[in-house]
Amino acid sequence: MSGDTGQKQSRIARALVRKPLRKADQRLGFAGMGREALGKVFPDHWSFMLGEIALYCFIILVATGIFLAMFFDPSSSDTTYIGSDPALHGQEVSSAFASTVSLSWDVRGGLLMRQVHHWAANIFICAIVLHLCRIFFTGMFRKPRELNWTIGVTLLVLAIFNSFAGYSLPDDLLSGTGLHIFYSVFEAVPIVGPWLTYFVFGAGFPGPHIIPRLYALHIFLVPALLAALIGAHMLVLIRQKHSHFAGPGRSDANVVGSRMWPAYALRSLSLLCAVGAVCFFMGGFAQINPIWTWGEFKSYSIISPSVADWYIAWIEGGLRLMPPLEIHFWGMTVPNQFWPSILLPGLTFGLLYAWPWIDRRLTGDRGTHHVAAAPTSSPRRFVVGVVVITFFSVLLVASGEEAIVMWTGVPVGTIRVTLRVVALALPFVTGFIAWRVARGRLPAMGVVEEEMEESTTRELHESPIWLSAKARKQQVEPAGGAEEIEAEQVAEP
Amino acid sequence: MSRRADEERPPMGIVVCFGLASLAAAGFATTYVLGLGNVWYGGTFGGALMFLAIGLGLWSKRIDSASPEFVEQRDLGPTPEPQFEKFMGALTSQPVPRSRVLWSMLGFAGGTLGLAALFPLRSLFPQMGVNPQRSLESRVYKRGQAIVTEDGTGVKPDDLEYGGVLTVFPEGFNITEAAGATLLVRIDPADLHLPANRTNWTVDGVVAYSKLCTHAGCPVGLYSDESRQLLCPCHHSIFDAADGGKPVEGPASHPLPMLPLATDENGFLIARGGFDRPVGAAWWGWPDGREKP
Repeated sequence: MSGDTGQKQSRIARALVRKPLRKADQRLGFAGMGREALGKVFPDHWSFMLGEIALYCFIILVATGIFLAMFFDPSSSDTTYIGSDPALHGQEVSSAFASTVSLSWDVRGGLLMRQVHHWAANIFICAIVLHLCRIFFTGMFRKPRELNWTIGVTLLVLAIFNSFAGYSLPDDLLSGTGLHIFYSVFEAVPIVGPWLTYFVFGAGFPGPHIIPRLYALHIFLVPALLAALIGAHMLVLIRQKHSHFAGPGRSDANVVGSRMWPAYALRSLSLLCAVGAVCFFMGGFAQINPIWTWGEFKSYSIISPSVADWYIAWIEGGLRLMPPLEIHFWGMTVPNQFWPSILLPGLTFGLLYAWPWIDRRLTGDRGTHHVAAAPTSSPRRFVVGVVVITFFSVLLVASGEEAIVMWTGVPVGTIRVTLRVVALALPFVTGFIAWRVARGRLPAMGVVEEEMEESTTRELHESPIWLSAKARKQQVEPAGGAEEIEAEQVAEP
Repeated sequence: MSRRADEERPPMGIVVCFGLASLAAAGFATTYVLGLGNVWYGGTFGGALMFLAIGLGLWSKRIDSASPEFVEQRDLGPTPEPQFEKFMGALTSQPVPRSRVLWSMLGFAGGTLGLAALFPLRSLFPQMGVNPQRSLESRVYKRGQAIVTEDGTGVKPDDLEYGGVLTVFPEGFNITEAAGATLLVRIDPADLHLPANRTNWTVDGVVAYSKLCTHAGCPVGLYSDESRQLLCPCHHSIFDAADGGKPVEGPASHPLPMLPLATDENGFLIARGGFDRPVGAAWWGWPDGREKP
């Protein structure tokens, strides 16, 4: 390109970028803040992008969800389906079911939106769980990040609930069966079970109220909570700044990586597009939840096999493996489904919420940390993580028992007994291995070493902006407020 | 300086990616207008995003390799004690009155309002007078109530072959409600070994059970005539249909509720009473003492 066009370009850039920004700044005065924001440093490790994947899934979920809400009718009252599904055409079905089939077959692009929505929900939860694992194993829930850990766990709970609610909306035979289990689970809530169940469903099962209620929660309350908590999660992150892995020049007092603009912004934008690409490819090529195959929900029918979506399937696996144990006292019953569907999730999320404080007890570590630990640096934490993941993996396998029955031809009872043993024994085995691994190799190994190699290939620099922040910190008088001190440019060599 | 150099030699790979992205985007618009179907929409739109992702990724990689790592200092830490005290001073100073009475009355009013605001939640519950526990305990059938199929026709024992099953309901029952689902199973009387007090609950080998699993309420939808076992597809509880619905395997802890059968003067099946226990899953507080007929 010649210098002439280069000048022309800069004139266009002036008109499109500089002028509007200048005008906005005259009114809002954001340039100082904006400059700090553009210089914000993001660590370069791939595992820091898991949370971003979840965030981008949320954006896709909201966008596709708004489209779906334009066509979906959340009502279980009967209607006649008229449309291009030949098997269902002219049949009396519920409005929720009929409108879901219509928006899939008779609204152009509707099936794509529906399938992208469903796939994105799966990837959303998957990314949250992996993000949680990363934070857990690197100890980044420790002070000062306990608050963001609890916000994150809440986001996981809400994401799972909202996915279940959305999955239940089409009033198809598979999700209706799931709702019936949900109903029975509510009945097992201590003391108030039956009352709570009637409060949630407004009637005996299934009743006319549950679909509109789930719809209201699915599209208003829970997304609003998710959005607010994602905002809070990110505000805390910005205030505390990212953690980072150990390496030369990295410490608890700084964060090393790429600046937000332009390198990280482009990378993150690339990730947004990549997440979108995966969701849209999946939505285009991979069928998910074909409700016309399951048919409309009838409370006296069922399809076999009936298997739940994976994020709820660990409860299903627990329900299957639990021996028929009930406790009777004072003429009352603690029903069997209580153990795997109330106690297990209660313990799981209770322990997750409490983990930063449990970990503090286990390790005696009360210090502030910004350098991510190697997963094996705390053998106890490492073992707990491995044991829990193993146990839940076996529960997930149990939720797909019928696949094993079909492959092996072994009766389901034998497989169940085997899985019960495996669920209890395998965590000990993997836990023991984890203990040996953690004990054999001490903190300086593993991820940390890898990081060191990676980071030595790149030159270290003080970001001009943050040099000034450091300078500011030094100049601040004990009594003074935060006065803006002009940043000193440091020339890049 | 490096930016100027970028402008002079645009990296072809990135340019091609962005070009392909716009092509795919145009392809999406075209296939949408032509109505080519889901695979085309997803392929083209996903393709546009994919090429954008690759282009942006390559671009950021270029910038990355050209720029050093940056260090940002963390200035997060506890506020120095004197400043924190000033903050506390500002929070607790005048003109906010320090009257304990005022504060506690404000708390009381706020609490009352908060509690009152919860009252509309009561509307989510069924109308007055419904006791969930009692509703759940319902035995569904009345003495002499006719047993009908989904379309409302009566059933005679001979409508079922030996080894056959049929889903039926109490006559006049709203079949969208789960509680009414009943399963008739016809078993050769020679193979039946019902508990002694229930031998007269069957008519010509026809036995009736609630179709709802006693574990988590799923319909017990699978029947094996060979073993005369009913299997729930949800959690694989297995019940013995020849032995009063006794649970033989899996997580279910209670037998399937059994319905005592008889025939009316025309030979149609009727109930001699309700189920011998509440239908569906047990609940917290389920009165185990009351399950015997």
